Amino acid sequence: MTSIGTGYDLSVQTYSPDGRIFQVEYANKAVENSGTVVALRCKDGVVFGVEKLISSQLLEPGTNRRVGAADYHIGFASAGLLADVRALAGRARQESEAYKQNFQTEIPVRVLAERVANYTQVFTLYGAVRPFGCTMMIGGIDLNGPQLYMVEPSGVVYGYYGIAAGKATAAAKTEIEKLKLSEMTARQAIFEVAKIIYRVHDEVKDKLFELELAWVCQDSGNRFQVVPKDLFDQAEAAAKQALEDDDMQE
Amino acid sequence: MAVEFDGGVVMGADSRTTTGSYIANRVSDKITELTDKIWICRSGSAADTQAISDYLKYYLAMHSVELNEEPLVRTAAALGQQMCYSNKNAVQAGLIVAGWDRAKGGQVYNIPLGGTLVRQPFSIGGSGSTYIYGYCDAHYKPGMSKEECLTFVHNSLALAMARDGSSGGVIRTVVITKDGIERNMVPGNRLPIFYEGP
Repeated sequence: MTSIGTGYDLSVQTYSPDGRIFQVEYANKAVENSGTVVALRCKDGVVFGVEKLISSQLLEPGTNRRVGAADYHIGFASAGLLADVRALAGRARQESEAYKQNFQTEIPVRVLAERVANYTQVFTLYGAVRPFGCTMMIGGIDLNGPQLYMVEPSGVVYGYYGIAAGKATAAAKTEIEKLKLSEMTARQAIFEVAKIIYRVHDEVKDKLFELELAWVCQDSGNRFQVVPKDLFDQAEAAAKQALEDDDMQE
Repeated sequence: MAVEFDGGVVMGADSRTTTGSYIANRVSDKITELTDKIWICRSGSAADTQAISDYLKYYLAMHSVELNEEPLVRTAAALGQQMCYSNKNAVQAGLIVAGWDRAKGGQVYNIPLGGTLVRQPFSIGGSGSTYIYGYCDAHYKPGMSKEECLTFVHNSLALAMARDGSSGGVIRTVVITKDGIERNMVPGNRLPIFYEGP
């Protein structure tokens, strides 16, 4: 599955003869080992869902969040090395704030995504540093409506209607493609995201996991927030129920 | 001066530039373009305001490339404010940034000498403005149409030009709406005339 980049993979400054930068591809591997993250852009907002894999029962639920705010109107969700996520999120927050100070207006989602991507790309140029081992989904609402972007370790950024990253990316994308996102509200999307996370979660390999849900939408006043507890509980219950129904049908 | 109306702004200025008592330019254009839909009224030191306007034009052009759309009026005003405030000891610039954007429609932002930034429904500046505060307060009403705003601007400027030695020449106006720009000029012998003595 993986090709060995013997000799050409020691530093991010080196291309392989077939034009690949192996260190960046290895960074993507780090992302693929992490819990699945799903984000959907719907009619009135953006929703994020994270399958947070837990290593121990001793960990306090609700900590070590993989979702967060970059500004009041923009949030992120990330797959990959958590420490790298923190560093990149810090940069996103700085960019938002500096933009606001300079231009006296909220940073548009696309501009923030492109700035984070530019920053990420810089780490693929020099031998003294390593690329970020995380993929960050950046979503929010601005004058152009709800938007969702994803930044990968190589520094590429694209806009999406729906996207997944992490362990079960392929399975999650299949599920996402079945949805009619342009007609869905954020409230409905929350339930779908929870269902997808539960469905693609591998019970055998990773017993312990915690679901994280967050959104930016009309219901949240166009501000990023972790989904309120009562809605979260409903969505989680519905997701578990959907799993049981699936099992019974088989 | 500049006045907001529903759908855009009307900007007006006189055309006198002086060095002491000599009128260096009696037909100057004190309303400068920053972007298609954001213009600026300049008062104070001509050199300072021209330099600031050049910077603003450049910054806004760079900014709109990253933004991939027209910048907001507020952004132009904020950048102008930063320049005026950071260099407050070195420049003498009274700016009025006005224009139209798709977020908030017509807007007028006044940036007086110290580098304050304040949005106002209408704004006056320059040496001649001191003589027309009373007139403007008495005759402005919210919700005026474009034509009413133009009359208001012409009358106010004519009165200021009649009393202030540093103001005079022609009245230049710029009307900015989402559909575009309308420039106009009323020559000195065609200004509105008020009481000039018995």
